[in-house]
Order: sequence, then C-alpha cells, then structure tokens
Amino acid sequence: MRTLTDDEVRVGAVLPELAIELTPTVVVSTALATMDFTSVHHDVEGARAQGSKDIFLNILTTMGLVERYVTDWAGPEAIIRGINVKLGVPAYAGDRLAFSGAVLACEDGEFTVEVRGTVSLGDHASGTVRFALP
Amino acid sequence: MTAPAEPTGLHERLTALAERQIAAGEVLGAAAADPVNAPMIRHWTDALGDANPIYTDPEAAAAGVHGQIVAPPAMIQVWTMPGVRRDRRQAGTPVDAVLAMLDGNGYTGVVATNCEQTYHRYLRLGESPVPATRFTGLAGPKRTALGEGYFVTWNVTWYVAGEAVAEMLFRVLKFRPRERAREPRGNGAPPAREDTPATGENGAGGNGSAARRDAPATDEDVSAADGDTPARRPYPLRPAVNADTAFFWEGAAQGELRIQKCADCGELRHPPGPVCPSCRSAARTYLTASGEGEVYSYVVHHNPPVPGLGTPFVVAVVELPEGVRIVGNVVDCAPSRVGIGMPVRLTYRQMDDELILPMWAPREA
Repeated sequence: MRTLTDDEVRVGAVLPELAIELTPTVVVSTALATMDFTSVHHDVEGARAQGSKDIFLNILTTMGLVERYVTDWAGPEAIIRGINVKLGVPAYAGDRLAFSGAVLACEDGEFTVEVRGTVSLGDHASGTVRFALP
Repeated sequence: MTAPAEPTGLHERLTALAERQIAAGEVLGAAAADPVNAPMIRHWTDALGDANPIYTDPEAAAAGVHGQIVAPPAMIQVWTMPGVRRDRRQAGTPVDAVLAMLDGNGYTGVVATNCEQTYHRYLRLGESPVPATRFTGLAGPKRTALGEGYFVTWNVTWYVAGEAVAEMLFRVLKFRPRERAREPRGNGAPPAREDTPATGENGAGGNGSAARRDAPATDEDVSAADGDTPARRPYPLRPAVNADTAFFWEGAAQGELRIQKCADCGELRHPPGPVCPSCRSAARTYLTASGEGEVYSYVVHHNPPVPGLGTPFVVAVVELPEGVRIVGNVVDCAPSRVGIGMPVRLTYRQMDDELILPMWAPREA
C-alpha cells in the first residue's frame, strides 16, 4: 500500500470500482461494529415488520465504506477531511454495492472526489469526499 | 392563503417550536462510553474490510504521518453510540421535541436524507469524544415521493477536552406515510433511505441523546420508506419484548392474558420479572387469566398527543380476580363513563399487521 502524491492525482482521474457483496454477515457484522443495534440491521423479521424487504446496511457503515473506497485508492496516509453523502435507496442484504468515483477538484492542496455507491435499486449513496495528501 | 386551517395551525406551532429549539443552542450529550480503543477499531476495520494499517498496525502507524495509531475518521459517531440498553444514557437533545411534535401529528415516517461529516483531526487511542447537538433547521411541508413531509436538520460537534475534533450535519425527512402504500419500487426514485440511526443515535442521539427509534419519541424508523410497506400503517409504539416478557406477548397474540407465576412458591406477579419477590426463585411459569377485572384506578389522557392514538383515551389499572393488577386502556366506552370499581372484561385490539394489544371493555352486569 502506497500513498499517492499530489502530482499523481489529476482532476478527472477515475477511481477503480469497488464492489461489495452485501451478505447478511456483512450487514450484521458492520452494524454491530458500528454499535448500531437497531433491529432492521440484524433481524429479518424485525425489518419486515417495519416494511422493509430484508435487513439493510446502516448509515454509519455507508459512511465508513465511502471512506474506505477513497483511502483504498489514495493510500493509507491520505488525510480524510470530510464526507458529504446524500442517502438514497436502502442497501439490502443479498444486493451488491458498487462504488465508482472520479477526482472532481483540487484546491489549495485539498482534493475532492465524487463518489457514488449503487445497488440494484439505484443510488444508495452519492456525494463527495475531501482529502489531502502528505 | 387558502390553506386549510388545521395544517396552517400545525405549521405555525412547528415553526415556533423549531425557533425555540434553535435558540436552545448546543446541548451536550454523554461522553463516549469507551475511549478510542484498538479492539473497537479492529472490529470496525475487520467488518468493513478496511486494510489501512495506520488504524491497526502499531509499527506502520508509528512510521506514518500520524506517528501513532489513529481511528478511522468515519468512526466518529461510533464512539458515542448508546449501546443496546440505550435508555441508560439518554440525555435528550433539542431535536427530540420537534420529532415528537411531527410524530404526534401524523408525520410518523422517517428517512435519513443527508449525512455530512467534517473531520478536523484524527482521533488517537485513549481519547474520549463528547457529542453536542444543535437543532438547526425545519423545512416544509414539502411534497416528496414518500408523501408530504418536513425536513429536519441538526448538527453534532464532537469535542475532546474542549477541542472540536469532528462535526456532522444530519437531515431526515419526517413524512406522512401514504395510506395506500403499494407503489412500484424504483418509480420516482424516492430520495431517501429508511434508517433509524437517523433520528436516534446517529442523528440527534449518536451523541448520547435520546430518541433512538424504538425508545421514547418514535419508533417508526422505517415505516414507509422504500415503497414496500405493509398495507396497514404500522402502529408507532412497540412493546419492550425480552426474555422476561416474551410469554406475555406471545399470549396476547393468541388471545390469552398470561400472568407470570413463580414455579416454586406459586406467587403471581405482574409486570413480569426474572425473580420471585416472595421466595427469590428464578423458576417461572404462568397462568392464563380469566379475562375479568375491575377498574382499580384510571386517568383520562388528553395531552400531549401520543403517536398512533387519538385523544382522549383512558389508561386504567385493572385489578384481576387472580390477585394482580395490570395497566391497560379502557375502550368501547366514553371516558366519562369510566369509574373506579367498574367491571371490565378483556378485549383485544389489532394495532397493525403485527401487534395485538390486550385492552379492557365495560362488562355488562
């Protein structure tokens, strides 16, 4: 794992796609690792009782995966400064969450990457991540 | 100009409440239960598949820009999540009252729409962030793909020893679930997601604040968000079902009023608990009550509004011939007719597709 340098990141550069298979294990283990014990994230019956078709990813995990998507590409020393996400359709267990992204801007040493995470129902999360490189 | 009177009044009350809550400013929540620590970081990176060594590998971290292990910035909210028994640490935030007023006026649906986090610096092992929540905005009513609703926005700042280390803006849409909810999925692309954390911990709460969805203010986490809702609107309040009370709710679903009974000394007890207060035995069973009773005491509830219930309604303590007292609504009868000593009989109400509640109706002589 190597961290990119400022001159390796160009506006318009496209990030490699990251696809995550949302097994029930992924949904449940991430919900618990983010200390979110709401039933809709681990209890299929509970989720259905509330009108969902299955358990689904919690927001804290969505934020974490967006962050991971950018640092997987930019490298471990990239300093994440902010994540703005618009939340869309639920990411249900059994679905596949695919991230895509591109470098949107570079100003005063801070890069902005546009990120989109899609599932079969549409956009699960879309927004931007701001970071700096050492 | 020509809007119906009732919604106009509600909008004015909501706006006035929102202004008061904004004026209330920042309200501190409970500090993280555990300081930033390696085990929670490792569980998080393991579950999310994040292999960045600066979070977990002391040598790699020491050699890097931080000089030591740091927490993933997106974990900021995790440190102040309230845990499973969330009632212990509920401090309340200025957001709760606004959500409660919306709930009480039919805006029972909730979906999170925006989460924006800014990280001023990475957190180090041993630091204990403290969240502080500000109510920052109410916008609406707006027509959305999910129904008419209000956007509710609040901000959380996390402090370590007085230094702001991270901030979050969180926005949810509180909407009136449509009565006929079967809409084709993906049609019109509802802009939102059904999630709880929105309101509870994640949002207002994550900061040790109250309204986690199944707790006080609300529970409709998910009501109608993805267009796949049950035909019947979910009743917004749910009983606390646990190892001690499950038998009671299973009974209610089958039309039985079950009273816990000590399996050793035979003493009846209600509400149910783990240990017999008389002989301290943990062995328990139950009996099925006859379904008759007498009003021992009661109140007529007029205000505040309760999600899912019309006012006024009667809450009574009913004394059973079996020897215990139980709390329940008295229905099928005007509140003015209810009195102490009134004979009642058990009845049931199907609150939604899932929930059946035992209640009490007048027993004619």
